[in-house]
Amino acid sequence: MANMTIAKAITAGLRETMKNNPKSMLMGEDIGALGGVYRVTEGLQAEFGKTRVVDTPLAESGIIGTAIGLAFRGYRPICEIQFDGFVFPGFNQITTQLAKIHARSSGDLSAPVVIRIPYGGGIGSIEHHSESPEALFAHTAGLRIITPSNPHDAYWMIQQAVESNDPVIVFEPKRRYWLKGEVDTESPGQDAFSAKVVREGTDATIVAYGPLVPVALAAAQAAEDDGNSVEVIDLRSISPIDFDTITTSVRKTGHLIVTHEAPTFGGVGGEIAARISERAFFSLEAPVLRVGGFHMPYPVAKVEEHYLPDIDRLLEALDRSLAY
Amino acid sequence: MGAEHLPTSEFDIEELEQSMTSSDPADAPEMVQLLASDGTLREDVQYGPYAAHLDGEALRGLYRDMFLVRRFDQEAVALQRQGQLVMWPPLLGQEAAQIGSGTALQANDYVFPTYREHGVALTRGLELSALLKLFRGVSSGGWDPREKNFHLYTLVLAAQTLHAVGYAMGLQRDSEDGVSVAYFGDGASSEGDVHESMVFAASNQSPVVFFCQNNHWAISVPTEVQSRIPLSNRASGYGFPGIRVDGNDVVAVHAVMRWALEHARSGRGPVLIEAFTYRMSAHTTADDPTKYRLSAEEDAWKEKDPLKRLERYLRSSNTADDSFFEQVEVQGDELAAKVRAEVLAMTGPEMVQSFNNVYADPHPLVAEELAWHREYEAGFADADEAGENN
Ligand SMILES: Cc1ncc(C[n+]2csc(CCOP(=O)(O)OP(=O)(O)O)c2C)c(N)n1
Repeated sequence: MANMTIAKAITAGLRETMKNNPKSMLMGEDIGALGGVYRVTEGLQAEFGKTRVVDTPLAESGIIGTAIGLAFRGYRPICEIQFDGFVFPGFNQITTQLAKIHARSSGDLSAPVVIRIPYGGGIGSIEHHSESPEALFAHTAGLRIITPSNPHDAYWMIQQAVESNDPVIVFEPKRRYWLKGEVDTESPGQDAFSAKVVREGTDATIVAYGPLVPVALAAAQAAEDDGNSVEVIDLRSISPIDFDTITTSVRKTGHLIVTHEAPTFGGVGGEIAARISERAFFSLEAPVLRVGGFHMPYPVAKVEEHYLPDIDRLLEALDRSLAY
Repeated sequence: MGAEHLPTSEFDIEELEQSMTSSDPADAPEMVQLLASDGTLREDVQYGPYAAHLDGEALRGLYRDMFLVRRFDQEAVALQRQGQLVMWPPLLGQEAAQIGSGTALQANDYVFPTYREHGVALTRGLELSALLKLFRGVSSGGWDPREKNFHLYTLVLAAQTLHAVGYAMGLQRDSEDGVSVAYFGDGASSEGDVHESMVFAASNQSPVVFFCQNNHWAISVPTEVQSRIPLSNRASGYGFPGIRVDGNDVVAVHAVMRWALEHARSGRGPVLIEAFTYRMSAHTTADDPTKYRLSAEEDAWKEKDPLKRLERYLRSSNTADDSFFEQVEVQGDELAAKVRAEVLAMTGPEMVQSFNNVYADPHPLVAEELAWHREYEAGFADADEAGENN
């Protein structure tokens, strides 16, 4: 057991991967001497050298496109995109090439590329530094998408992502980079592509992922003080989604709230609401509610607290759900 | 830990400087320089005439602008350190590149900046405090781009270079006078958008000037990672002229920019200017340059300080005396005090304003969410009134 932050847990996970897998390599902007703008790759270039920890030219399409080619040669590239809003110059390579290679080649080729993206708001930054674009990628078949919410998962999920034979996008909740917790370096606990019940309850279920898991847990605690027992599920994997775990929970509680920072409209929450309505219609005692961001560009720092789902917004949704 | 403690083999300055030029030194373009580091004037047959109009008053004006924007920049850094700005990208060291180029523009030319073009903004007559709204977190823009033909800052690198070309294509179609200018960095030059913008510009022979400030660093990554040849050499691959200019020489930058604007304005197509300069400060206030570069490199560039260079000339040629420099200092302090007061008075917008302008025409989803938000917020006000939240 070790106690560390999410950021350091990812660093440690990357180090393990680099040690165990000689074909793994890191590429991205400023990941070498600087250790990345969030210092997640700090020290790795000194340890593994410049050919395995590569400061690339400043070009996202270039980073991902060349990673695909390297993957064809058996390498396991792990790309860092500096901020959520800067993945888009690489969007073409991710969605039209990376995601489709296995299918297009009838399974002859695969591109096990990992793309790490610090995402989400709450850090008081300027535009393009606080976005949650996961739904844009989740809509594309062929990609796997995961997002850790705690150091233990961060340590293991990055390693599991590299082991996957499919391309994996790891959305890292940047406002939780400094969140500390225990990491069991002996055992991963569970598979990266599954959800986890992180708090048991009987009256309602909240599904959250990444940065909002601590918020959901705090809301559940507040609800308990009001006499309601809330189960919290950490989704962990956005593609695929572990609907079995959610269905089991909803069969027990009858009430479901899904929360994410990304805009509610067209978001992952809508997909969960629809699926659970299909799977557990007769168990539901209220419509599935979503608590997410608004249909607007991520707003300026001075008002982002009103944009981001918080405990009050979750409790309000909980009240509405339980009132049915 | 400072960069001194890093393995020197990784940061050998000579090696770095060598790699900054083409592998064959004969291929390196000459760097246009009209004012040497020691403050003496140099002859240049081609570009000299484009600086000939700069009389004493104009030269003092260039100095004043450089001084004012440096003072403004210092104030912004201080404001950030005091928690008044979210972050700030300093322009320290790049004053000549920006003031020299910006002062060559005409009113109907249109500038597409990145996020560090504070000096260009000054030459366009923008209220400098408007630049700070973005970095105070109260606005994603901060000014009406059409007022001074100075576009909003762009944070997704290189995206604006294509907009600049499209704007130039529009000028062409409308047979309007005017040149579109795209500012970007040496790092951004690696983005695909820059390549595509140059292809479009050349293909259409559009009136656009690409102004690349090669300040040697893209955050922690040196220019050699972006390009093995001088960036100005790239222009020939697209079929238009590329000029490398000493970016710390405000006179040369001004002259070269005038030449380029004239070239573009007269229908002869795009030009790429590479202003060879140096970012003397951190990339942003969140950056720590000691992690990736040697202070010796910074010291070497301090010798080439664009302000000191012009000051040397102004003094030695008796174009300006102590009283001028004292007067500029006073103006600088006044500007800084004004900007500080304006920033402190900038309060955040109300959240409801974030629902405005998402679309130009009414949109039912935005209206629905706004109504929900209003009701939700009102719930807290009611609760407060009833004393429930105390
Ligand atoms: C598409 C994109 N990728 C990454 C970034 C993050 N980023 C911001 S500034 C910067 C370095 C830019 O260097 P350069 O183009 O040389 O301009 P400078 O800041 O030195 O003026 C990086 C990588 C970004 N803003 N946009």
